Amino acid sequence: MKDNSIKKQYWHANLKLVAGCLIVWFTVSFGFGIILLEPLNQIRFFGFELGFWFAQQGSIICFIGLIFFYAWRMNHLDKKYGLEED
Amino acid sequence: MELKTLTYLVVGASFVLYVGIAIWSKAADTKDFYVAGGGVHPLANGMATAADWMSAASFISMAGLIAFIGYDGSVYLMGWTGGYVLLALLLAPYLRKFGKFTVPEFIGERYYSRTARIVAVICLIVISFTYVAGQMRGVGIVFSRFLEVPIGLGLVFGMGIVFVYAVLGGMKGITYTQIAQYCVLIFAYTVPAIFIALQITGSAIPQFAFGSPVQGDSMYLLEKLDQVVTALGFAAYTDGTKSTFDIFCIAAALMFGTAGLPHVLVRFFTVPKVRDARYSAGWALFFIGLLYLTAPAVGSMARLNLTQTIQTGTVGTETGNLAYEQRPEWFRTWEATGLLQFNDRNGDGRIQYYNDQNPDFASQAESFGWNGNELTVDPDIIVLANPEIALLPNWVIALVAAGGIAAALSTAAGLLLVISAAISHDLLKGVLMPHISERKELLAGRISAAIAIVIAGFLGYYPPAFVAQVVAFAFGLAGASLFPPILLGIFSKRVNKEGAIAGMITGLVFTYGYIEYFKGLFLPWAGAPWAENVAENWLFGISPEGIGVVGAFLNFGVTIIVSQMTAKPPIEVGELVEHIRSPR
Repeated sequence: MKDNSIKKQYWHANLKLVAGCLIVWFTVSFGFGIILLEPLNQIRFFGFELGFWFAQQGSIICFIGLIFFYAWRMNHLDKKYGLEED
Repeated sequence: MELKTLTYLVVGASFVLYVGIAIWSKAADTKDFYVAGGGVHPLANGMATAADWMSAASFISMAGLIAFIGYDGSVYLMGWTGGYVLLALLLAPYLRKFGKFTVPEFIGERYYSRTARIVAVICLIVISFTYVAGQMRGVGIVFSRFLEVPIGLGLVFGMGIVFVYAVLGGMKGITYTQIAQYCVLIFAYTVPAIFIALQITGSAIPQFAFGSPVQGDSMYLLEKLDQVVTALGFAAYTDGTKSTFDIFCIAAALMFGTAGLPHVLVRFFTVPKVRDARYSAGWALFFIGLLYLTAPAVGSMARLNLTQTIQTGTVGTETGNLAYEQRPEWFRTWEATGLLQFNDRNGDGRIQYYNDQNPDFASQAESFGWNGNELTVDPDIIVLANPEIALLPNWVIALVAAGGIAAALSTAAGLLLVISAAISHDLLKGVLMPHISERKELLAGRISAAIAIVIAGFLGYYPPAFVAQVVAFAFGLAGASLFPPILLGIFSKRVNKEGAIAGMITGLVFTYGYIEYFKGLFLPWAGAPWAENVAENWLFGISPEGIGVVGAFLNFGVTIIVSQMTAKPPIEVGELVEHIRSPR
């Protein structure tokens, strides 16, 4: 029974982490690169209009960072709840 | 050395390398054949996934496509990378924990149903054949352009090479050849990009050159490009022409599709542990990102280069346009292929390249004595012609040819493998002959791989209409049919077989129907397409390329509602879900 409640907590923590990451995922691509394109394009970022930069480069860089962040946090959660593989 | 000889040497050397690797890593059992023994290092798997993922379209077509549509091309950049976030967070680790061989196998066990498994196999085969035919076509084009052999012969060569390492080596052979192919293709892509970046902006890193000032000019590259193209009546490079909502839907459909593509999903079955699957997805996107961050830079620089080559002076002045007689060498080479065409409409012996579809620019063009656009450029030549445009040495051109072939072959092999696994493992072992021995299953896998290669070759030689619709068709169907049941199967214990089957069929039929309705793929004899493919006719203004996202949501909705109305799944399924959710 105790084993089950640990797994429940672990799964809950996982869902929270996933939800947070997906919010970032949505914001940098659909948010900054598409919906907020026009207002962000008023802002200069080096030689780019910021919205355009997010659509063609920024979002990809964020995606890469996001996956490594998730992997790092998840592996940490595995250990915290004692569920890591041997 | 002459270009042709050099190209033969470089491409030949790459083939020797692939075959050598295939012989060295021959598959010994079904686990080797389907999932490379399950012992691939996450970084190596990431690199192999990147090669598997980046197809002839990514290597040859994408930068050119972006060059001509500017901001609208962002959907490919975001869509084909953003899907990896969904894969890494929602699917990959759990599929690894499940620990079997194929995607239909997961669907069959999670939904305790052979019917679900067969529906998944059908979706997988339709998606993968569409995709693989496009790759074979790409191989043929590269062969015919660079090695000057007929497309058919080029296809036979390509099929032969894939045959050797996919049939012999299975997933194990494919994985290690894909690593070599990744190195070839990324090197071939980056070298010309660096030289062009140096020439145009003086910055050696294409990703930075993209945001740098143009050499000998105070303007930034993108500002300059906007100015140059709008002066010719084109839409500004950094603005789109598609509606925001359509862009949103296409990007989402490509992301869902990426996460549902079986040949990508199956790569995460090959790493040893769950935590490896997580990192592996990160490495895959890192290696993909190296090319995907270069592509928009290449696209913008190529567009500027091309436009300024043609429009040498002030727009509208008599000498402002390049005289046809003075066209550069690469122009002549590509004219010979028919991919670049000049038609002197106003008979002045000069090339006018402008947007003759823009009504606001028409009167201006008329006052210049222009009589319509005179230059048609196939976007596919941008990447292939880049080294010639930048006057790079012949070995770089030869390398680009080898890179294009590597991109096409690596993807084709990955696809052929999931097709053969679906037939030998899911249909034969799973449904028709459950008691088949492992040796016979392995043999069946090899035979189905061989047959699939031959069919793919034929589809490449006689491409049916649907092959040109890879983006709408393969991604739309993958996102609308396979992504939802896998995701729900992991994150919900309540969804059951009735729901999943109804959902998959709804997603598949709706998405296929919508694409058929506007594009006419298989039913031209019945009158398809039934409506003109324009925004006014589309459902909520969503193009066929973006409709997969509606199909996916219909699938989610139907699955959940039907599951609620029917009996709960058996207790073992709940245990299976618990099992895959926890790494231990």
